[in-house]
Amino acid sequence: MRDLRLSDVSVAYNGRKVIDGVDISVPALSWVALIGPNGAGKSTLLKAVTGLVDHTGTIEIGGRDSAGMSRRLLSQMVAFLPQRPVLPEGMTVAEYVAIGRTPYIPHWGTESVEDRDVVVRVLTRLGLDDLGLREIDTLSGGETQRVVLARALAQESQILLLDEPTSALDVGHQQQVLELIDELRLEQGLTVLAAVHDLTLAGQFADRLVLLDHGEVVSDGSAEEVLTEARIERHYGARVRVLAGDDGTGRPSVLPVRAPAGRKRVVVGDSSQEQPG
Amino acid sequence: MELAHPVTEVPTIQARPRMALIVLVAVVASALLGILVGAVDLSIGSVLAELADRVPGVEVDSGLSERESAILWQIRIPRVVLAGLVGGMLAMAGAAFQGVFRNPLADPYLLGVAAGAGLGATLAIAYLPDQAGGIVSPLPLAAFAGAVLGVAITYILGRSATRSRSTATLILAGVAVAAFLTATQTFIQQQNTDTFREVFAWILGALGTVGWQEVVLILPYVVVSGAALILHRRLLDVMAVGDEEAESLGVPSTRVRLAVVAAATLGTAAAVAVSGLIGFVGIIVPHAIRLVLGSSYRLILPLSLGFGAAFLILADLIARSVLSPAEIPIGVVTAFFGAPFFLFVLSRARKA
Repeated sequence: MRDLRLSDVSVAYNGRKVIDGVDISVPALSWVALIGPNGAGKSTLLKAVTGLVDHTGTIEIGGRDSAGMSRRLLSQMVAFLPQRPVLPEGMTVAEYVAIGRTPYIPHWGTESVEDRDVVVRVLTRLGLDDLGLREIDTLSGGETQRVVLARALAQESQILLLDEPTSALDVGHQQQVLELIDELRLEQGLTVLAAVHDLTLAGQFADRLVLLDHGEVVSDGSAEEVLTEARIERHYGARVRVLAGDDGTGRPSVLPVRAPAGRKRVVVGDSSQEQPG
Repeated sequence: MELAHPVTEVPTIQARPRMALIVLVAVVASALLGILVGAVDLSIGSVLAELADRVPGVEVDSGLSERESAILWQIRIPRVVLAGLVGGMLAMAGAAFQGVFRNPLADPYLLGVAAGAGLGATLAIAYLPDQAGGIVSPLPLAAFAGAVLGVAITYILGRSATRSRSTATLILAGVAVAAFLTATQTFIQQQNTDTFREVFAWILGALGTVGWQEVVLILPYVVVSGAALILHRRLLDVMAVGDEEAESLGVPSTRVRLAVVAAATLGTAAAVAVSGLIGFVGIIVPHAIRLVLGSSYRLILPLSLGFGAAFLILADLIARSVLSPAEIPIGVVTAFFGAPFFLFVLSRARKA
């Protein structure tokens, strides 16, 4: 079981800090959601943990500093799913999921029998057995997301980093995928850190929310604590109504509300987020 | 619960023995055709007997005259072997470049091999002493050096121009380097109009052999480069998901790309050095395989070697027999027959 601890982590692109002194702790087996407006640094933070961008500060995985790990070892401990995974034309589902075994296969080697067993097991678990020979670029959005998740599971790492895993899906598939992730987390003992766009869904599924803005953690706590109307207005420039959870879980819902006619939207931070109308 | 059928096949490439057999038949059949067809008729029986005679412990009288035997062993067979090696190498190098750059049009020619080799060859033809006297002809050496240099310049410029991970930058750098080298080559050619024919013939490609000399020259490169590329077959499949995701899976994508580019370039440079610029093989052979059989490099690389060899053996056969005793440049044949064939495969695949 592995936990993830970020201490004073910063990332700079061309001298400009996009992540600035972030402290986040993700206990083993928990689900922490990263929320924040576009450009807040959610993706960059996930990439720093994956080792795809250089960082300062320390990122500890299971108590070990990731800076001292080889790329290969890191990839055995952390699986990362980007927001828009590349789906190679003509590649079959089984071939694609098998790519997830790469951290365990010698550089110039090929899959062992055990690797194939893992692929079969993962495909079966996610109900993808019938799609094994389908070409990945012919799948529907929901199927694609399950296949991509299957690749991450085949990686058999205990920490799962997801960058907006549901952004391309309709509301039904969003729920299905998040429920599946939650099931797998409990069943396989995974620790999940996920950037989530939809605030209500983030609050419904995650144990804790971390709100990032301009590369800094501006709020960290339960959904009830983090999702307040004032905070969402301040950091997103959004007019919302937050409804308290009525199911006894205390998980609130966030509803966008249209501005009354004639009143200008409140715009905070990046002006490019202003929408016409 | 019994698993559904497709999953049990995962993720082995299906029907591999059958594909191996088909490609073997293609190579052997085209090689036999290449050996049999020519100005002097050699019967298939006597050729097979002659071949069997070379097997240790077997003695067969083929009935070929000394002259016919010399034609077989010093002209036909080396030429067919050379065509096979060059074709296989060009096709496999093209496939590898397309994989590592994730670009269907990438091949070593595009990134500076063709322009570099062209410049090297033009310089050698224009300024170096006549090749007849020396033991080692300077032309292949100059072409080889030009090809390797062309890609090296592209790689260094393309990588330093931007720190981003875009492979498009590298391809653009290749186009620019190629344009510059070609301009230089054209300028030198204009200064030396007396060698125009020779340069032009070289650029269009030819497999004229002097016994086994060319085969011996390129064989080590094809073996080493081919082995290196085959070793990278699974990594090329992983690279298909992009540098970032490949790295998140523990693959050092920049190093893999450099290794594949180096191997494919050396092999292609050696092929170009002995045969000139035979175009189109590196693009159409791997793509035809991709369209018909799928996108895995575990399949594409070895099959490109085989089908590339068969394709060029047949192209050479056409090049030397259509206007016999004159020869058509083989580059003309590969494009003339290759392009329509490729369009046919393309249209079939789109309908499927």
